[in-house]
Order: sequence, then C-alpha cells, then structure tokens
Amino acid sequence: MFWDWNYVWEITPTLLRASVVTIQATLLGFVLAAVLGLVLAILRMSKTGWISVTAAGFVEFIRSTPVLIQIFFIFFVFPEFGIVLPAMAAGVIALGLHYGSYCSEVYRAGLENVPKGQWEASTALNLSPYITFRDIIIPQAIPPVVPALGNYLVALFKETPLLSAIAVLELMQTAKILGSQSFRYVEPITLVGGFFLVMSLVAAAFIRQLEAYLNRTLRNPGGAR
Amino acid sequence: MTTPMVKFDNVTKSYGALTVLDSLDLEIAPNEKVAIIGPSGSGKTTVLRMLMTLERINDGVIYVDGEPLTHMQKNGTLVPADERYLRRVRGNIGMVFQHFNLFPHMSAMKNCMEAPIHVLGLAKKEAADRAAELLDMVGLGEKKDQYPSQLSGGQQQRVAIARALAMRPKVMLFDEVTSALDPELVGEVLNVIRKLGTEHNLTMLMVTHQMGFAREFADRVCFFYGGKIAEQGAPDKIFSNPEEERTRQFLSAVLEAG
Repeated sequence: MFWDWNYVWEITPTLLRASVVTIQATLLGFVLAAVLGLVLAILRMSKTGWISVTAAGFVEFIRSTPVLIQIFFIFFVFPEFGIVLPAMAAGVIALGLHYGSYCSEVYRAGLENVPKGQWEASTALNLSPYITFRDIIIPQAIPPVVPALGNYLVALFKETPLLSAIAVLELMQTAKILGSQSFRYVEPITLVGGFFLVMSLVAAAFIRQLEAYLNRTLRNPGGAR
Repeated sequence: MTTPMVKFDNVTKSYGALTVLDSLDLEIAPNEKVAIIGPSGSGKTTVLRMLMTLERINDGVIYVDGEPLTHMQKNGTLVPADERYLRRVRGNIGMVFQHFNLFPHMSAMKNCMEAPIHVLGLAKKEAADRAAELLDMVGLGEKKDQYPSQLSGGQQQRVAIARALAMRPKVMLFDEVTSALDPELVGEVLNVIRKLGTEHNLTMLMVTHQMGFAREFADRVCFFYGGKIAEQGAPDKIFSNPEEERTRQFLSAVLEAG
C-alpha cells in the first residue's frame, strides 16, 4: 500500500516532539534576527563613517553568502577558533544572523520613512538620541514594516530544515531518521511538508492580525484621519 | 546695555557654493519680539534653524543669554560645540514648526509631557500638571486626550506651541507657523502668540508672511534679502516708510498678493 495510516499514527508523536524543536529554532532565530536587524539598521544610520560602513559591509556580506554555508561555518569552523557551540545554538545563531541582515534592510526602510520633522522636533525638545529612537522614531517606523518582517519570519521558519545538515533533531532530521529506519519516506516527509504548510498559513494569518492591531494602536491612534 | 538674549556674531552659512547667510550680525534683547520677513531663499528660516541647532554654521558664533551656543570654551578658545554641550545649552530655545511636527502616536498631553519628563526630569504628575495648564492656556484643555490626527491644523499648531513652552525656554522661534493653515484657522494661532507676548517673559523670533501681524506684534522687523539684513527697524517705519528699494518692492508684491 502506498500510504499506511497505521505508520502515520505510529510516527506522529515523534514528529510532534520534533516540531517543538523546529518552532523553538524559529522563534529563537527570529528574536535574534529582529533585535540584530534593528541594531544593524540603527548603526547604518550613524553619522560616524566607519560605524555605518562596517554595519553596511556586514549586512552585504551576510546577505551575499548562502545560509547553509553560514550554518556549517559556525558549527564546523568556529571550533577551530575555540568557539564550540551545540548544534542547536549554532543553527539558531546562523539563522538569526542571516535573517537579521535581511530584517535590517526592512527596518531601514521603516526608519527612513519617518518624516524629517519628527527628528527636528525631537532635537528642538532636546530629547537624547536614545529617547528619540525609543519613544519617537521606532514606534512610527515599525508598524508599517510588520508585514515585511512577518514574511521573513515565515521564510526563516521554512529554512529550519537546513539545520538537519548539522544534525539538529528538528522535523526534517527526524523525518529522515524515521525514513531510514523503516524505509518508508512517503509518510514522514509528507507529514513534515503538511506541517510547514499549516504553520505558515497560521503565521501569515497571525501577522495580518498583528498588523491591523499595530495600525490601530501605534500608527493612527484615535482612528480619525 | 544689558546682555543680548540672542547674538549672531558674523555668522555665515553656506551649502556648498551657495551662501545662504552672509556674515550676519544680529542682536536681540531679552523680551524683544522680532519679526523676520523677506522673499523665499533670503535665508530667514535658516536663521531660526541655526539658532535651534538644526543646522551647523560655517563661520562666526551665535550666543544665547551671554553663552556661546554654537561653540564651547576649551583651553581658553572657542571650539565648535559637541553634541553634549549642545544638549546643555539648547534647552534655552524652543521652536514651533510650519508643519507642526507633533508626534502622531501620542495624545496632545503626551506630546507636551515627553520632553519635560525625559529631559528636565520632571515627575509624571508634575509634567502632567504643566501640560494640562499649558493646553488650557492655548484653549485646548478639552482636547488634551485627543491625538494629532483628530485635531484641526490650528489646534495641532496650538498643541505644538504648548509642547515647546513646557520646556520653559527663554527664546521661542516661530517658523512660518501659520503658512500651512487654512485661512480661517490662522487667527486662533496668532491669538495664542499674542497672549504669549503679553503674559510671558519670552524673547520671540518669528519668520512670517503675516505682515499685519508682524506690524502689530513685533518690536522690530528685519527684512532679509540675499542672506543679509537689507533693512531693519520699528514695524511702522519698515511698513510705512521703508528706505530700501528692495523692501518697497517686496512689500508691494506681498500686499498685492493680499
């Protein structure tokens, strides 16, 4: 028989446990990406030349090399320099770095779209750069870019199977192990694909809700225009 | 003679080859109300922007209340001010912008509380009291919890005035504050400025196209032309009996346009 339901029920608990690892890797990686991206975007706006050039160079470097190579580099090459990381940590850092550099471009667009008058009003009120970013600029820059950041969350989620290359026991790696034990690949691989499809759709719906919420509360409070 | 509140000492500002202000000397006494008029591109807005430290100057020194603003003392000589020094001296100056520049994600109250809390270190309660009092003063006590998008242009500009006043500046700068308003909203903003003039000890500099208001309100009118003060004096003299041909031409062009 091409599709064996008994086998599906047998492997489902194992795959569900592995899906927890996939979700953990996604969320940790994205938190890192979101924070790092914002930091990089702000550094790129620095008036000090070497800071903005270094940040821009870092972003270009990371974006122009494949994430799989970055994963391998952190896991296999860093130990040569005395930095030994568990596979999960190496994978999360690589995904966070890679998507952080993409997110920084998104943040940059958001930051640049805040009208110049907002900066000038902040200067005229003598607000420090930190307070200006925290209270004035970032609350206006982020809501419009939430959809773009959300797309990267979904993209990062769909890249987590790459972590199977360094033997993180996430969904893909687990499915491969199940397949090699039973010589049945149809069910585990199909289930994993289905899981990614469902989760991506759920995440996209969640992002739409979040976007609507942010538009209401931050960007256009009071609702009138 | 008392120390001038604002003093431009031989100030030059240029963008590349374009000289916007050419060796400007200007002294403004404490409490004096000065209106700056002139054709576009004459450098009048630049005067305010330099004083607010939004633009760096190329040459000369600006003093506020006897202290250098654009420069600081270092080993007995004046060197260009760094960011830290600017943060200390800039507090003497407040500015109201043509396009209001209110923070759209904050209520009128919060707009007026943000800087007093984070710059002056006021307690929240104290900042709220001060903001409420100022919003009352500009006639918006009822609207204090509204967001900028819920207010008319004139109301937004009055919030912006209250926001600047909350920092208790010694010098207030008004940069074409009624130019972006529908005509019927101009009066309410000018009334607030009139009130400030009589009730507060403030030195005021305003760039304006409201010639009637400049004539009635200002102690002195400066006519800018080509990056220099072409003519200055009491409003009556400038408007009724200007000496310079350029001033006459400008005024008749403005009056003709109505």
